[in-house]
Amino acid sequence: MDSFSNFLFMRSEVSLLVVILALLVFDLTAGKRGMRYFQPIAIILLAIHTILHLLPHEAGIAFGGMYTYTPMAGVVKTILNIATLIIFLQAEAFNSERMSNKKGEYYFLTLVTLLGFYFMISSGHFLLFYIGLEMASIPIATLAAMEKQSKRSAEAGAKYILMAAFSSGIMLFGISYLYGTTGTLYFADMPALISANTLQIMAFVFFIAGMFFKISLVPFHLWTPDVYEGAPTNVTSYLSVVSKGAAVFALALLLYRVFSNIIEQWQSILYGLIIISITLANLFAIRQKNIKRFLAFSSISQAGYIVLGIIGGTPFGMTTLVYYIFVYLFSNLAAFGVITIIENRTGKVNIPDYKGLYSTNPRLSFVMMLSMFSLGGIPPFAGFFSKFFIFAAAMEQGFYILVLIAVINTIISLYYYLLVVKAMFIDKNEHPIPSLRTDSYNKASLIFCTAGILLVGIFSIFMEKIELFSFAMIQ
Amino acid sequence: MGELIVNTSGGAPIPLTAYLIVSLIMFFAGIYGFFTRKNLILILISIELILNSVDINFAAFNRYLFPDRMEGLFYALFVIAISACETAVAIAIVINVYRKFGNTEVDNIQQMKN
Repeated sequence: MDSFSNFLFMRSEVSLLVVILALLVFDLTAGKRGMRYFQPIAIILLAIHTILHLLPHEAGIAFGGMYTYTPMAGVVKTILNIATLIIFLQAEAFNSERMSNKKGEYYFLTLVTLLGFYFMISSGHFLLFYIGLEMASIPIATLAAMEKQSKRSAEAGAKYILMAAFSSGIMLFGISYLYGTTGTLYFADMPALISANTLQIMAFVFFIAGMFFKISLVPFHLWTPDVYEGAPTNVTSYLSVVSKGAAVFALALLLYRVFSNIIEQWQSILYGLIIISITLANLFAIRQKNIKRFLAFSSISQAGYIVLGIIGGTPFGMTTLVYYIFVYLFSNLAAFGVITIIENRTGKVNIPDYKGLYSTNPRLSFVMMLSMFSLGGIPPFAGFFSKFFIFAAAMEQGFYILVLIAVINTIISLYYYLLVVKAMFIDKNEHPIPSLRTDSYNKASLIFCTAGILLVGIFSIFMEKIELFSFAMIQ
Repeated sequence: MGELIVNTSGGAPIPLTAYLIVSLIMFFAGIYGFFTRKNLILILISIELILNSVDINFAAFNRYLFPDRMEGLFYALFVIAISACETAVAIAIVINVYRKFGNTEVDNIQQMKN
C-alpha cells in the first residue's frame, strides 16, 4: 500500500479528524452569535461521523502493521461514538453564562480524546498504543480542570494529570523490559517471543499495573472518587463510560493478542483484583452521600464485572465484555443525565436531596430508577442480560467461586442502588427539588438512554452482531 | 552476556547491566518521591525521573541487544516528546491550583473527603 491509501484505510480516524478540524475552524470564525449554535453543529457533525462509521470496512493492517483494523474494533468505536453523542446532548452546562466561553474547547478536547481512544484500540504497535493513550488522557485532565471558578475542579485536574503521568510511567517501564526481552514492539511479533520467564512476567506486571490505573480497579482506584466528584459532571460521565470502556477493551485486546502465552499468570492477577474491586467498591459505595462519588464507586465495581468477561480468555468472553460496555453506557449515562439536569438547575448533588423527587419530577425519577435497576441487574432491563452473559462466560471456563462472589456482590450493589430509588420514591421531604424544565437535547438523550436500557436486553440482535465480530477477531 | 559488551572508547567496557541498574535506581527513586513529596512541583519532578529511566532503558536495550533496528531509540524519542507535553499541561494545572489555593502543598489541597 502506498502512503495515501494507508491514510484512507484509517477511515474512521480521518473522518473524526475532519469533524475536529471543522469544529476548530467554526470556533475561530463564529462570532458571539454563531457560538449559540455550537452544540447542535457538534452533535450533527458527530452524528454524521457515526453513521459513516457504520459503513462496512474490511479488516486489515496499514503502515506496516502499526495500525490494525478489525470489525470488533469497529464495533467498539461505534459504541464510543454513541456514548460521546449522548454526552454532547447532555452538555448544557457549557451553554450557561459561567462556562459558555469554554464551549469550543469542551467539544474540541472531548473529540481529541475520542481520537486518542480510536488509535489506542486500533494500534498494532506499542508506540501507537502509547501515543493514543496519552492523546486521550492529557485532554481529559484539562477537561476535568475546566471549571476554573471551582476549587474542586482544579483539584480534580491536578489529581488526574499526576495519576495519568505516574501510571503511564509505570506502564512504559514495563514496555521497556518487554522490548528488552523480545526485541520487538509489534503486537503481531511479540507473542511468539514471550515465554513466561521471570523478567517478562515482571515487565508484564508493571505494564498491566499502569493499565489498571486507567481502568481504576482496586487498589489502583484512589484517584477515581475525587476526580469524579470534582470534575464537571459532563466530564465525569465521559470518564466513567468512554474512557473506561475504551481502556478495558484495549487491555482485553492486548491480553488476548500479545500475552496469550502467559494466560495463567494474568488470570491469577485478574482473579484477585476482580474480587477486591467488586467487594471493596461496593462496601465504600454504601457510605457515600454525594451522588457523583457514589457513582464513582459504583463504576469501580462495574469495572470489576467488566474485567470478569476477560478472565476466561475466550472469544465469548470478549463478546460479553463489549456487550457489557454497550449496556453500561446507556445505564450510566441515564443516571448522569438526570444528575446533570438537577445539578445545573438547583446545584444539589447529595443523595438526601433527592428525597421526594418523584412527587415533583416523576419522569426524571422514572429514568433514574430504570438506570439504577439496570446497573443493579434487575431482570427485564439490559443490565441483567449483560451481567448474565459475563457470568456465563466466566462459568464456562470454570471460575465458579469467582462468579459466586460476584453474584453475592450483585445483591450488595442492589442494596445501595435501591437506596437511591427509595430516596426518590418513598422518603418524605418537606422541601423537595422543585419541578424542573428540561430542554429538548436533554430530553432526547434521556429518551435514547431509556430506549437503550429497555430494548438492548430484550432484542438479541445486538448480542448476535457483536458475537459475529468477536469470533472473526480472534482468528 | 559477555559478547554483548560493546567497547567504543578504548576504555573499560560498560556492561548493559550497569545502565539497567542506573535506570532501576532512578525509577524507584521516582516512585519513592511520588509517594513522599508534599509539593506538586516535586511530585512532577519525581514523575520525570520515572519517565527518564524508561528512556535510558530503551536506549540501552537498543544499543546493546538490537543494534540493527532503531525501534527502541525512536520509542525513547517519542516518550521524551510526549512527557514534555504532559509536563506542560501539568504545570498549567498546577498554576491553576496555585491561583485557587495560594500554594502547591498537597496537604492543603483537600476539598473533597468522604
